[in-house]
Amino acid sequence: MTTLVKPITSLGRAVRLRITGLGEFARFLATILARSGLVFRRPGLVSQQIHFIGNYSLLIIAVSGLFVGFVLGLQGYYTLNRYGSEEALGLLVALSLTRELGPVVTALLFAGRAGTSLTAEIGLMKAGEQISAMEVMAVDPFRRVLVPRFWGGVIAMPILAAVFSMVGIIGGWVVGVLLIGIDPGAFWSQMQNGVDVFNDIANGVLKSVVFGVAVTLIALYEGWNAKPTPEGVARATTRTVVNGALVVLGLDFLLTALMFS
Amino acid sequence: MTDDPSSSTDPVLRLSGVALGYGDLTVLGGVDMTVCRGRVVAVMGGSGSGKTTLLRAATGQIPPQAGTIQVFGQDIAAAGVEALRQLRQRMGVLFQQGALFTDLNVFENVAFPLREHRRLDEAQVTEHVLDKLDAVGLRAAAHLGISEISGGMARRVALARAIVLEPDLILYDEPFAGLDPISLGITARLIRDLTDRLRCASVLITHDVAESFAIADHVYMVGQGKLIASGAPDELSASHDPYVRQFLDAQPDGPIAFNYPATPRFEQWLAARQRGQA
Repeated sequence: MTTLVKPITSLGRAVRLRITGLGEFARFLATILARSGLVFRRPGLVSQQIHFIGNYSLLIIAVSGLFVGFVLGLQGYYTLNRYGSEEALGLLVALSLTRELGPVVTALLFAGRAGTSLTAEIGLMKAGEQISAMEVMAVDPFRRVLVPRFWGGVIAMPILAAVFSMVGIIGGWVVGVLLIGIDPGAFWSQMQNGVDVFNDIANGVLKSVVFGVAVTLIALYEGWNAKPTPEGVARATTRTVVNGALVVLGLDFLLTALMFS
Repeated sequence: MTDDPSSSTDPVLRLSGVALGYGDLTVLGGVDMTVCRGRVVAVMGGSGSGKTTLLRAATGQIPPQAGTIQVFGQDIAAAGVEALRQLRQRMGVLFQQGALFTDLNVFENVAFPLREHRRLDEAQVTEHVLDKLDAVGLRAAAHLGISEISGGMARRVALARAIVLEPDLILYDEPFAGLDPISLGITARLIRDLTDRLRCASVLITHDVAESFAIADHVYMVGQGKLIASGAPDELSASHDPYVRQFLDAQPDGPIAFNYPATPRFEQWLAARQRGQA
């Protein structure tokens, strides 16, 4: 009997813990949103975070975007060349980047660069009693620490995704037009005619905003709940990357199905 | 200096029959304590005796298991969020490790409470911050990052931050730990001077006998889960209580055991380990 009961109770416990965790996560988001008035009263705190999160991620995003653009240019050309439609390369590169690769790859890089940094920073603030110090100074750490970082991440993410897509298109142009020799007029005019502002660009921006909310929130949640020890902070940082990447890919599937079906 | 802090009519912090702990565990029980304006009160005891728990309770970070803690006449456990915020604005706390914000430099760390709670222009902020840094001898270190200063300097920066709002109650958690003899003497004098100048109440959580006896008006000694002795430093120095004597004279033998007591859980762990090695 015990051999039967034990796995069932373990399963029940695991499910219950997951549901409780989701509830805590939702409450965490609700608390951040409820205390977001600070964003309007002290916008300087948010712009500091946009600089910290966005500026320090800019290089990795731009370099990655360039190489993704190079690869898209090469792969796109090999495929389109089979059908004699290589002048559609500009359209292929632009649609791939604005709809999918821009938001998704940026979000994955964002989780690895800015997300881990946020988690480690907050975890170490807990370990160093900085959060307690704020509390006894009558400063709400939720409002002062989490709210500016959350909005900084949410605002920085679509800007970074736009930079990624822009640099990626330049990468595709370098390979397609400069190296392979596709007609530049066809490259740009196909792109101009085929890319829709609302269907493609706006949906891509919306995706990057959703990913920004998800990744930043996961990073802050993991940091806030990290054990205040070196091992606890290390584990939380790893969870940020793993959970952030999985959530981004899962959400991407859902959003793509909703937006482009 | 006066012998009994309760003789003043202006208590800033009052603990009545307080028991403190975490979960089901009671660390300290039956604590009665009064701290008045203009007095330096030292709370002494061995490691793990519950001194820091007492400080956390006084700031409202943990509620008492029993009894009441009144800060500025208000029961801190019954205070709402806004009332607690107001009370904490009148307190300054020096943390054991300093708890400085590592993303801010020395100046911005000290300016932090001013920027959060006062509406001052930059010239006023600069004046206030440099004044407090001057008091701790670190005016010329205002531009340095936290990673660029030593542990002792960090403690002094934390002290400047704790006093920048000129609080009515300052709580110091191990203010002398890890300081060199010069910094230690200066810090002790600074605590006394600040208390007299600001007419605030100061509570020192410490086990440094010489320095705290030199500046304290009253000393409470905790250990074995309760308040063991209380009195002016001279009274405690003359005490024949074996706990007080062992602590003040740093004797290895006495009521305070050096060795951690063996528990049934330890015996079980040891037996299992020995079985595994056999």
